[in-house]
Amino acid sequence: MDKLNNQAVLQKITARFGERITIATEPAGLLTFETSKENIVEVLHYLKEDEELQFNFLTDITGIHYPEQALPIGVVYHLHSLTNNIRIRIKVFLEADKPTIASATPLWEGANWMERETYDFFGIIFEGHPNLVRILNVDDMTVFPMRKEYPLEDPNRVDKKDYFFGR
Amino acid sequence: MSHNHLVFTDNDPQNETTTLNLGPTHPATHGVFQNVLEMDGERIVSGVSTIGYIHRAFEKIAEHRPFYQITPLTDRMNYCSSPINNMGWHMTVEKLLDIKMPKRVDYMRVIVMELARISDHLICNGILGVDTGAFSGFLYLMEEREHIYEVYEEICGARLTTNIGRIGGFERDFNDIAFAKIRKFLKNFPPILKQFETLFNRNRIFIDRTSGIAAVDPETALNYSWSGPILRATGVDYDVRINEPYSSYEDFDFEIPVGTSGDVYDRFIVRNEEMWQSLRIIEQALQKIEKEPKGVFHADVPEFYLPPKEEVYNNMEALIYHFKIVMGEIDAPKKEVYHAVEGGNGELGFYLVSDGGRSPYRLHFRRPSFINYQMYAPMSRGMLLSDAILNMSSLNVIAGELDA
Repeated sequence: MDKLNNQAVLQKITARFGERITIATEPAGLLTFETSKENIVEVLHYLKEDEELQFNFLTDITGIHYPEQALPIGVVYHLHSLTNNIRIRIKVFLEADKPTIASATPLWEGANWMERETYDFFGIIFEGHPNLVRILNVDDMTVFPMRKEYPLEDPNRVDKKDYFFGR
Repeated sequence: MSHNHLVFTDNDPQNETTTLNLGPTHPATHGVFQNVLEMDGERIVSGVSTIGYIHRAFEKIAEHRPFYQITPLTDRMNYCSSPINNMGWHMTVEKLLDIKMPKRVDYMRVIVMELARISDHLICNGILGVDTGAFSGFLYLMEEREHIYEVYEEICGARLTTNIGRIGGFERDFNDIAFAKIRKFLKNFPPILKQFETLFNRNRIFIDRTSGIAAVDPETALNYSWSGPILRATGVDYDVRINEPYSSYEDFDFEIPVGTSGDVYDRFIVRNEEMWQSLRIIEQALQKIEKEPKGVFHADVPEFYLPPKEEVYNNMEALIYHFKIVMGEIDAPKKEVYHAVEGGNGELGFYLVSDGGRSPYRLHFRRPSFINYQMYAPMSRGMLLSDAILNMSSLNVIAGELDA
């Protein structure tokens, strides 16, 4: 069987989803594209179940926060097709206020804790998740600490400011 | 007249289940793991895993540290094989910066990583023996782990949290003593591993205790995103070293052992077999290093590789680069990379997003322990408590990596 490459995968996905897939890039050789939260379940389902692609291994789900963007909260999926030995990265950006997205747990049981971790740190609400509660942080925490508005160090501290170093 | 007289009721105590807190500091769990179990006698009815007891917010800390200061954080994830974490992190940054290592550095890294893999599997299989009641195997192996730690000590000065190597290579060349110690280990270890296998592999008691326990089929394992030896024990031949060779693993001739039933016994055998394969790899790496130019232990990337101290004091260029690297003055490309290495217990991934600054914009660790462990509570249902303990041992979940 011919090994699939990024181009072939992208072609196949674009043929299927067309405009619903945006901004396809290949940083460091890993095919990356964006989609919207309305389409994510369909995209994931297609990638997992398609007979040729077979992205059957959910490597990782995580979040990212770009405060200056219109849709600041990102969810990043890494999938791996073990049969074709090719990886893919899918991003979905959500609004800052109560970001919600459909859960991937119906597709992969393994998404359970990954989504709990993402909820715990970014406050992304995965709809349809069986048990979306904090996992690493304490239960009575009120903030989502990996968001950029929560600095690690005391923001009043001045001795480490960049302008002291000519930046 | 006793005040503590018994009160008899009509309730049959055998109709009730009890709640058992296994952990967080139970001697049989080898780490900070808490499982709240509902027990019906010796059998587990249901359970909930509580994790996060040693969560140290590495991902947040990493957003405030220059790249080279993140290496010590990775040490503290899977501390049974910290060199693999260190190397994985260096290679992630090198992928971001698009640096290619000389072959000799790759082979040196392979040696260190395979030694780490052996030490990781040693402790896992040794402890599994202890949990079945066979203590002596563990003691035989611990002496060998000591020898591996001596090699680390010779290479980088540390033993457990190694902080080994640098972005761009190693901090210094392996000295003759280090090579001698590796060779000595290659000579002395096989008979001891053989002895360990003789103690366990065909041991009736051990097989009775482990065979068929916590058997997992490949579909379930993949569905739960399992990776590493426990996935291979179910029969899936996924190994990052083969699928996406890093650090010149494609130059080596080795096999990926797989199991059939995915039970505790298969995981044990797969780990043992991987140690033999690791020995093969180290042997080949030593031969390959002989053929490479001597004294090469880092790539020629002065912008990113810290120069040696004596040059910093005596050489203008080196002083400038030293200052720039330490102060984080050199821009990294704006890029995102995902790099995976085969860690001691699965695919250890680093998802690094750089905005061009001195520290990552976002760094996420794909921690195999975290992802492998989520099946523990569901799969314990209906299991005997003593079998659940064995299951946890053979999953090789490391608390530091679980909680990051």
